[in-house]
Amino acid sequence: MNIAREHFRQPLGRTPFHERMVALTTSEHWATWNGYKVPRIVDKLSIEYFAVRSGCAVMDLTPMEKYRIEGRDARAYLDRLVVRDLAKLRPGRVTYVAWCNDEGKLIDDGTLFQLDESRYRLCSQHHQLDWLLMSARGFDVGITVETHDVAALAVQGPTSYSVLSEAGIACLGDLKPFDVTRSDCAGIPLTVSRTGYTGDLGYELWMEPGDAEAVWDAIFAVRGRYDVHAMGLNALEMVRIEAGFVMPGFDFNTAEATVRNDHDRSPYEVGLGWVVNLDKGHFCGRKALAAEKARPPRRRLTKLVVDGNRPVGEAFVYAGRNGKQVGEVRCTTWSPILKANLALADIEFINGKLPEPLWARFDYQRELKWHTAWAECHAQSKPFYVPAHRSLTPPARY
Amino acid sequence: MTRPDAIVIGAGHNGLVCAAYLARAGLDVLVLEANDAAGGMAAARPLGDGYRVPGLPQCVAPLGRAIRSELELERHGYAPGRPVETIVLDPGSAHLAIGQDRVAGDGLAQADAAAWPGFRRQYLAFAEALRPLIENPPPRLKNLPRGDRMTFAKLGWKLRVGLGREAMYEFLRVVGMNIYDVLNDTFDDERLKAAIAIDAVLGSAMGPRTPGTVLTWLQRLYGELDGAATIHSGNRLVEALTRAVEAAGGRLRCSAPVARILVEDGKASGVQLEDGETIGSGLVVSNVDPRRTFASLVGAPRLDTLFANRVTQIRGKGVVAKLHLALDGLPEFRGLGAAALGNRLLVAPSMRDIERAFNHCKYGECSPEPVLEITLPSIHDPSLAPDGHHVLSVSAAFMPYDLDGGWEAGREAAARAVLARLAQFAPGLEARIVAREFLSPADIEAGYGAVQGHWHHGELSLHQSFMLRPLYGAARYATPVDGLFLCGAGCHPGGGLTGLPGRNAARRILDTGGRP
Ligand SMILES: Cc1cc2nc3c(=O)[nH]c(=O)nc-3n(C[C@H](O)[C@H](O)[C@H](O)COP(=O)(O)OP(=O)(O)OC[C@H]3O[C@@H](n4cnc5c(N)ncnc54)[C@H](O)[C@@H]3O)c2cc1C
Repeated sequence: MNIAREHFRQPLGRTPFHERMVALTTSEHWATWNGYKVPRIVDKLSIEYFAVRSGCAVMDLTPMEKYRIEGRDARAYLDRLVVRDLAKLRPGRVTYVAWCNDEGKLIDDGTLFQLDESRYRLCSQHHQLDWLLMSARGFDVGITVETHDVAALAVQGPTSYSVLSEAGIACLGDLKPFDVTRSDCAGIPLTVSRTGYTGDLGYELWMEPGDAEAVWDAIFAVRGRYDVHAMGLNALEMVRIEAGFVMPGFDFNTAEATVRNDHDRSPYEVGLGWVVNLDKGHFCGRKALAAEKARPPRRRLTKLVVDGNRPVGEAFVYAGRNGKQVGEVRCTTWSPILKANLALADIEFINGKLPEPLWARFDYQRELKWHTAWAECHAQSKPFYVPAHRSLTPPARY
Repeated sequence: MTRPDAIVIGAGHNGLVCAAYLARAGLDVLVLEANDAAGGMAAARPLGDGYRVPGLPQCVAPLGRAIRSELELERHGYAPGRPVETIVLDPGSAHLAIGQDRVAGDGLAQADAAAWPGFRRQYLAFAEALRPLIENPPPRLKNLPRGDRMTFAKLGWKLRVGLGREAMYEFLRVVGMNIYDVLNDTFDDERLKAAIAIDAVLGSAMGPRTPGTVLTWLQRLYGELDGAATIHSGNRLVEALTRAVEAAGGRLRCSAPVARILVEDGKASGVQLEDGETIGSGLVVSNVDPRRTFASLVGAPRLDTLFANRVTQIRGKGVVAKLHLALDGLPEFRGLGAAALGNRLLVAPSMRDIERAFNHCKYGECSPEPVLEITLPSIHDPSLAPDGHHVLSVSAAFMPYDLDGGWEAGREAAARAVLARLAQFAPGLEARIVAREFLSPADIEAGYGAVQGHWHHGELSLHQSFMLRPLYGAARYATPVDGLFLCGAGCHPGGGLTGLPGRNAARRILDTGGRP
């Protein structure tokens, strides 16, 4: 086949939405995601950010890793794979999951969709086929990569419900957070889930690649009445930090990509302890996690509000100004909606406790000249931004 | 039936040793054996009408002194056999006899004869230096507990002080080498070199040129520290161990194959037999091959992913087959007096022949000129055969478990190849055969449960020795499943009739109160 032989001429894949993105982009600011060419910024970062927070943003999710998991033992397989208790998962529901290696260190996280009795879709940040197959030993289960066979769009923001309804997608009003259902858009069959990575009201649409442009066009056809913007990865990074979501591989090193001792992280250490259920029966890493839970915590990926408005960037965190260095900032953003400097930082506990007060020491440039600054950091236990409209069913209509 | 404190799966000699220690420590122990008699590979087996062969092992070192005295085995009827020599058969009848401190035969160079006793002594000293490592549970590599530090300290002491400076350097020079190079550096006589090389490779999928064969030889030689090799001839060892178990209050149930090890909440909770019966116990000790224990009896779904996958990577392809013959009289070997037939006979003309025979098994073929180890156990224990009759036992290498075309099709040809090779040295043998059986590695797997019919329940290569035996995560008899322990040949220090895996496992279980 030509494509197979000629693929090197086009090192980055094009998603089925690519031509539409090209038509919209003014910035030509592209990134690679999982081998695909996707926008970092389509037009303007501020427009895309505010589209998520006060209008409707559309993002191409196609490059996300997707796996179909099916067969007689699919549920038993998933129970052994993930740290979460799946007892409440049933057809038509989605749940957030994470999975670990034998040592209880995180390999990745993702969303698990139960499509019918014995068929699931697992979406993850990183390529997982090898781990999924290794985990399949002893189970009657089929695992298929469907990353490239399913086109996906995230439609997110307070008006996303109105936009999609207007675009012709029926029955969205009954869809509760983490529901998934079959639907259609002007006669095109698709799967809709009320899920997302923005912490706002939002949906994800899953369709045949051949139908992708028609669905896109139907959504963008409502533009006259609603503010709909295509969105890139940079805006997503801002909103996911506001929502308190962690990004494996960026906020922490994933276990199977870690070489150095102690550089990987457990769910407890990145604030995902709530996902772990030690009483659900055997799962990979359970013994190690039970042992970890019995010890005082050693460190935690901590949500910080940093005083001031200077971007923190890369920074060390100290127990007290000029105190002992106890951690490192992993990601930061300025939150326009909260008017706050947000960060996630990997912080070593002292005697099983988060040290206080925390100060960040960081360098910044002014007209090329470097300066050093200190800023006090305030640890938060809850996500920074949780709008009430995100979980209303039916959502507010605009 | 009352719920036992401990269940031992498998009544191989290691399972019996472990059970005896546990029972003596006051535990109510139940041993469950799949076959209809105890002893595993070491158990006597019937052959034809009125004959018995002593099992798979042929040439064995006496049980270590520690086990003998701790389990009072002499009181239970155990006695080590009498020391024997190894005779390398020569097609031209220039046979070579090798004893502990002498070697003799036509055409043997004076220099070789003079060098042998010193060479053997030196390697026995090397084996002695490894004693702390071999006789103790393998030390952990991280966060060394006190006992493990002692093991390392003793090892260091034995190497540096026990051996002395020069011998230590020599030990470090050779320990990772192949036996082929070491022997060629030392001796000229092909027969002598072949005999030593056989001890280094028999039971492993290794030829004399395979790296690490000095270590496998040392591990075999280790057994002879407490006495010279003898012929495995009766069922005395197994009977003595069985008595030791029962005298301490342990129970033995044969014809009770275990289908599953039950795991609840990450802890062993008992076993389920093939007929469905379940027996509860919070302590389960498996004498069964580690690959079978984890992959079949526990099952990958109950293990963590990486561990379950490592289990599948354990190397251990059986390459030794057995031919058992019932004979209507003592056979004649050309150029060998009847008095010499009680020794261990080898058909292995040179190291090159052994290496060539090994080459075949790499490609799924049986060697047309197999290497043979022959014993006549009925000379040592006349009860094995009717008056004046005998049984002859052969270990034949290299005969791969994964024979091209399968063993059903290949069994007879392989048996014929062994008989033809025997006939070169004992021309009248075939006429004396009353009954025979040929056990391929596949038959051994089916009859004893050892995956791929492996002698050591898993190759005794460097990457599967000491703290890596049988695999990372279960190298100290405890396993990732709380309350489940291993005690068979698959564990450190490996196979052979040493009882050491069983003893080490029991010590570890008792030291830790049954916790991993
Ligand atoms: C061909 C051959 C030749 C050998 N020759 C020699 C030799 O000359 N000298 C020497 O020192 N060593 C020799 N060995 C090695 C030696 O026989 C073994 O290493 C040793 O006997 C292993 O003892 P064990 O107790 O660990 O295991 P085994 O003797 O294998 O015992 C395991 C027991 O577990 C039982 N079992 C398995 N599955 C189940 C189940 N599901 N439920 C209940 N019971 C189960 C089996 O029936 C068996 O009784 C030889 C091995 C082979 C294969």
